Amino acid sequence: MAFDYEKYIRPGKLPHIWCPGCGHGIVLKGLIRAMDSLNLKKEETAIVSGIGCASRLPGYVDCCTLHTAHGRAAAFATGVKMARPEMNVILVGGDGDGTAIGGNHFIHACRRNIDMTYVIMNNYIYGMTGGQFSPTTPHMMKASTTPYGNPDPSFDIAKLAIGAGATFVARGTAFNASQIDKLIAEGIQHKGMSVIEILDDCPTTYGRRNKYKSVIEMMNRLKEVAVPVKAAEKMTAEQLQGKILTGVLFKADRPEYCAEYQKVIERAKGGAK
Amino acid sequence: MSKKVAFLQGNEAAAQGALYAGCNFFAGYPITPSTEVAEVMSIELPKVGGKFIQMEDEIGAYAAVLGAALTGKKALDATSGPGLSLKQELIGYACIAEIPCVLINVMRGGPSTGMPTGPSQSDVMAAKWGTHGDHASITLVPASVQECYDMTVQAFNLAEKFRMPVLVMPDEIIAHMRERIEFREPGEIEIINRTEPTVPPAEYKPYDTRFGDVPPLAAFGSGYKFHVTGLNKMQDGFPTTKAEIVQAEEERQVRKVMDKVDEIVDFEEFKMDDAEICVVAYGSTSRSARYAVNAAREKGIKVGMFRLKTFWPFPDKQIKAIAAKVKGFVVPEMNLGMCSVEVERCNEGKAQILTVNRVDGEPLNPEQILVKIKEVK
Amino acid sequence: MSRYELRFSGAGGQGLITAGIILAEAASIHEGKQAVQSQSYGPEARGGASKSEVIISDAPVDYPKVTACDALLALTQEACDKYTHDLKEGGILLYDSEFVTRLPEGNFKKVGFNIISTAKNEVGREIVANIVALGAMISLTGVISRENGLKAVLSRVPEAFLELNEKAYAAGFDKAAAAAAA
Repeated sequence: MAFDYEKYIRPGKLPHIWCPGCGHGIVLKGLIRAMDSLNLKKEETAIVSGIGCASRLPGYVDCCTLHTAHGRAAAFATGVKMARPEMNVILVGGDGDGTAIGGNHFIHACRRNIDMTYVIMNNYIYGMTGGQFSPTTPHMMKASTTPYGNPDPSFDIAKLAIGAGATFVARGTAFNASQIDKLIAEGIQHKGMSVIEILDDCPTTYGRRNKYKSVIEMMNRLKEVAVPVKAAEKMTAEQLQGKILTGVLFKADRPEYCAEYQKVIERAKGGAK
Repeated sequence: MSKKVAFLQGNEAAAQGALYAGCNFFAGYPITPSTEVAEVMSIELPKVGGKFIQMEDEIGAYAAVLGAALTGKKALDATSGPGLSLKQELIGYACIAEIPCVLINVMRGGPSTGMPTGPSQSDVMAAKWGTHGDHASITLVPASVQECYDMTVQAFNLAEKFRMPVLVMPDEIIAHMRERIEFREPGEIEIINRTEPTVPPAEYKPYDTRFGDVPPLAAFGSGYKFHVTGLNKMQDGFPTTKAEIVQAEEERQVRKVMDKVDEIVDFEEFKMDDAEICVVAYGSTSRSARYAVNAAREKGIKVGMFRLKTFWPFPDKQIKAIAAKVKGFVVPEMNLGMCSVEVERCNEGKAQILTVNRVDGEPLNPEQILVKIKEVK
Repeated sequence: MSRYELRFSGAGGQGLITAGIILAEAASIHEGKQAVQSQSYGPEARGGASKSEVIISDAPVDYPKVTACDALLALTQEACDKYTHDLKEGGILLYDSEFVTRLPEGNFKKVGFNIISTAKNEVGREIVANIVALGAMISLTGVISRENGLKAVLSRVPEAFLELNEKAYAAGFDKAAAAAAA
């Protein structure tokens, strides 16, 4: 029997706003499968986003959903989680929202290791505003504001998350749909800040400018560059040139923030300083 | 049993008032001259099982407050000028999404970094006009340490009652000076809690106007699922661009406050019965004004004071009535003319208006006001 | 009693803000008067001229700052130069006789003794110089009773330092009385 997405989708809210060929819908489905696999209760799950195409995702999911201001998802979500640690808090959003305007909140949520799961759809571009370059747009690629090629170096979101202190960091691609739900589910189960970067595509504002002939070509590129971490262990540096590792990239055990604050409460109540 | 009294700073009293009101969540970012609010909350909140978090920046602090408020918490943030500027986008978010919360903004010199330890009253316009878009503002301006306590309680009540952000704005003098205060007994001030929905979750809409201009707000995690956005929204919380819905919702968000102006606006009239001159003052400046009014009365000048306790909504009706009676207004402020602009608007050209303005980081003293009182013709 | 205005001045870090707070607290909590304490600080927590002001009255205190100073403490020359301009005719200037050597002109009572060295050498710790000064100010002004001043001092200090502070307060109170009589 085919998977029933309807039970997590809000009635009457589809069709979504995303363009044909956009990978965000693939991520939405992966997220729903992940939630279902863990049997998450909808009323006990908050999905928080910022601004941008990817940040429209919460509107379609029948949970407690919070579409915040540009870049602020991680900070709003931190408030939700601190106030109600029993809730599942999942963040979704894009690369610009999460790592440019929201970069500070992102790294500090990682540093605190607060028990939230952040699914970042990285399509290398600000799609909603028409294709301006983002912190993940590769060097020399074209965007509406890099007409002569992007002079900026780019962020590696997964490395950024690891460096900032996230304790579960994984990467998947919109091409490998069946892996997405597994990575997200593992992230949700992990006690601490988990970051799942999904390499995505934006045929409308990125593909067109950068001479991708079709969505299929963009998806094929994702397929070609992705190398599972296990497979990479057997590859030479030369073979890994231009490749991007996928799968669970980092996992660590470190005190979780809400649990640490619970200890503060106990110390305060006990009269200790 | 006698009441608990203490000798506290304005900031400390504001934090105690928040606790009395039932505040159980604080997020903030260190900034002079408001930091004592955060310090007290960091000590007191965990003792009662509340949560305190120091965020990575001013915007994050207010965002965390909004997130917590949506889970049903009574949430507080405290800041000063530069922080108020940074939070403005999210103050607008709280207005459109209709999220109750309180922000204490201690006024220091500006613009920009200005004078971090110097007093000022130059944020009063930013309190209303700082965020973009149309919205109502409720802003309270305490003039004593006791009022820092009481008005913070009142701010939480107003936030919950009108489902919106409320500001408490002491100037640096009020925030840092110390006076004796009385802690309120339980029940002494009524505590207003959020109106929760009565409909079952399946029928719940977060902006359901069948329940009036201030629809009930459910809490995330309480069994209700709903959507919150900063986009113009429909009654079910989902975005819309339908003209008639956007117009109606925008108007309701302002109307819910402006229809209740008489209930919200609080003020004090001092020696106004036979006054021919009215000093309009607020915050620490009103203390200088009271001194000056007494001094002028001793010289036989018929002068009184109208003290704003609510800066927004502005007491239009009261100022208009006074304008019809007096020959002149004196408006002393630690800014270059903000309240005086509002007084001018309400005055409608009737009485003379003299201003006393000071922005050098020093308190505006009674003598300066007295000089102006004598100049009224 | 009508409005009585005091100013404690010296260098940042000398505990003058605390001295002002204790006096105002004593007046409002223990003596049953109205009192307001305020301060102005430079950006540095230590050094520079610093002042703490206390207004005490039987009626509610409106303007919280000094308008015409009734009694002023100066622990440093810089503070004395900067903050004595509004000292009232007939007012009181208490100064540290070792650190303040140039006194302002004016028709007010000038009382000096070695406040800091009293704390350091007679009481035993320089850190309680502010309490020596507080005792001295209460002694000279009579603005509150000796007992209420002491109560407020003891309610503010950690238990381990009660004796030290009590000693400092008494030393200041008595030395000021002696200096004023001299």
